[in-house]
Amino acid sequence: MNRNWLGRILAFGAAVALSVGAAADEPLKVGFVYVGPIGDHGWSYQHDQGRLALEAALGDQVETTYVESVPEGADAERVIRQLASTGHKLIFTTSFGYMNPTVRVARSFPDVAFEHATGYQRAPNVSTYAARFYEGRYIAGLIAGHMTESGVIGYIGSHPIPEVIRGINSFTLALRSVRPDAEVRVVWVNSWYDPGREADAAKALIDQGADIILQHTDSPAPVQAAQERGVLAVGQASDMERFGPAAHLTAIVDIWDSYYIARAQAVIDGTWSSEDTWGGLNAGMLEMSAYNDAIPPEVVAIAEAAEAGIMDGSLHPFTGPIRNQAGELVVGDGEVVSDGDLLSMDWYVEGVQGSIPN
Amino acid sequence: MLDITVAIIVATMTAATPLLFAALGEMITEKSGVLNLGVEGMMIVGAVTGFAVTVSVGNPVVGILSAVLAAAGMALLFAVLTLSLLANQVATGLALTIFGIGLSALIGRSYVGTPLPALPKLDIPGLSDLPVIGPLIFGHDALIYLSVAMVVAIAWFLNRSRPGLILRAVGESHEAAHAIGYPVIAIRYLAVLFGGAMAGLAGAYLSLAYTPLWIENMTAGRGWIALALVVFSSWKPVRVLLGAYLFGGVTILQFHAQNISGLQVPSQVLSMLPYLATILVLVVISYDASRIRLNAPACLGKTFHPDG
Repeated sequence: MNRNWLGRILAFGAAVALSVGAAADEPLKVGFVYVGPIGDHGWSYQHDQGRLALEAALGDQVETTYVESVPEGADAERVIRQLASTGHKLIFTTSFGYMNPTVRVARSFPDVAFEHATGYQRAPNVSTYAARFYEGRYIAGLIAGHMTESGVIGYIGSHPIPEVIRGINSFTLALRSVRPDAEVRVVWVNSWYDPGREADAAKALIDQGADIILQHTDSPAPVQAAQERGVLAVGQASDMERFGPAAHLTAIVDIWDSYYIARAQAVIDGTWSSEDTWGGLNAGMLEMSAYNDAIPPEVVAIAEAAEAGIMDGSLHPFTGPIRNQAGELVVGDGEVVSDGDLLSMDWYVEGVQGSIPN
Repeated sequence: MLDITVAIIVATMTAATPLLFAALGEMITEKSGVLNLGVEGMMIVGAVTGFAVTVSVGNPVVGILSAVLAAAGMALLFAVLTLSLLANQVATGLALTIFGIGLSALIGRSYVGTPLPALPKLDIPGLSDLPVIGPLIFGHDALIYLSVAMVVAIAWFLNRSRPGLILRAVGESHEAAHAIGYPVIAIRYLAVLFGGAMAGLAGAYLSLAYTPLWIENMTAGRGWIALALVVFSSWKPVRVLLGAYLFGGVTILQFHAQNISGLQVPSQVLSMLPYLATILVLVVISYDASRIRLNAPACLGKTFHPDG
């Protein structure tokens, strides 16, 4: 009993001394865990760009470490625990599947701040953050509505999770607001990252008559396939223009820079607290890459007006009336789908072909 | 409907070609009695080398040749370890794959995100524009024709030529072949190098023709599928061709099947189809157990030491 108390006091004293020492002179050590290689030129690449921006912005005040290609599972917990026990006071875990490992490790390291991307479990020292990519997909849908000739759009899905379904729906709503007869064909490749399969899926969709290819997978292979076949495409996560200069209409680019800088600054200032951040265009967490010159100026103007509308809140992509695949009115005229319903979305809107695998 | 069918067949050919190259090479390696599980590793080193050299030199032919040499270099490493130093073939092959994936990521670091035009396609005015036959027979890139030519050449080599007979003899009984005076180790070195070279072609096809870009781990398990195809084909070249095209075909078909309305099949099941097809055909082939055993090289995976 006595020894136990003594141990606790010593440990507490050591922890205080450590944290004071860290605040005084040592740089803040920030750890990043990536699900793919930073060479994926997509999701993990953009997170690493955020890390580099953090280093550039805060200079000597921070020291960053990253671990790439960490599988979602038992390995992730080991990697996160290793980062936490080697003096990292802020750790970003950047994939959905790191949710449980992050929360478990966080329990053992109450003085370390954890940031988990795209998850929903929080704790006093675990924040979550994600971007409203569906806003970008809405803009892409408006452009596609004006650019498609066949009225058939091919959409390459990774895994049938709410994040991806929300993007398909947002895109389709915008598409059909311009071309009410247009349809979206979805092909699932059941992978975030397999260039060969992504290219095959793109070719299959083009063979079925699609003249614009959307993707919710991470490699530039679909853009390249579209370029080769002379159709159009919208890039994902990163600007993919150089893989298909003629095909690439625009890309929905993830920008983590300002978020990473703000969160690291908060830890340094001692103002960090557990939060749930779901930022969109107006938070600067995503942006549309340069529009292709082939898009007529009036269409670019429409896209830019929609961007401005989403930013100032006057336009919400999920504003009723919205009908489901069966044609039933699900969201009434003028109603807006709540964030909670968006986060658990598991149904297609009217105009999407096929069914959601379950 | 006809257009879609032709499109599916053309896409199947591109999906099958890397598998065909790698499986043909591995088949020759295994026919000599050596099991090299490092196909994936050799393939990805070929892919990155082919891409890097083509970008630097600007000539895809030089790039393809470099890919062949680099992958053969990986195979040489395997051969030295297993044939000269008598290391375990299974363990060395696995190590070669892991090593290859890491090495390719290192070599390719500065090439990520570099665009490259695809290999030129054969375009014969008049012939390429013919309906159905045009896109099916003409209008592919050179590597696709090479892959089919290799099937014919290897079938002839194994079944009709004397060196092919010797290769098979070494794989069936290295001691007997050694006793007659054939240089078992040297022959196996050549077979392993050939397997590496073909894996290099498969890798070059991926990074130069299939998806002309370099991204880490872009082979995505195709080396393992090629290994399965060798068993699937019971070590026969023409069956390797059929297996590769069946596998490629199912891969492409499932993307089309996802959009047939009314077909309520989960896409995960469709993604499994190529693998299910492999297992199914394996079961059918192995039904007559004596036939598959007759074809498997009897000394497959066994180490050979001339003095032992």
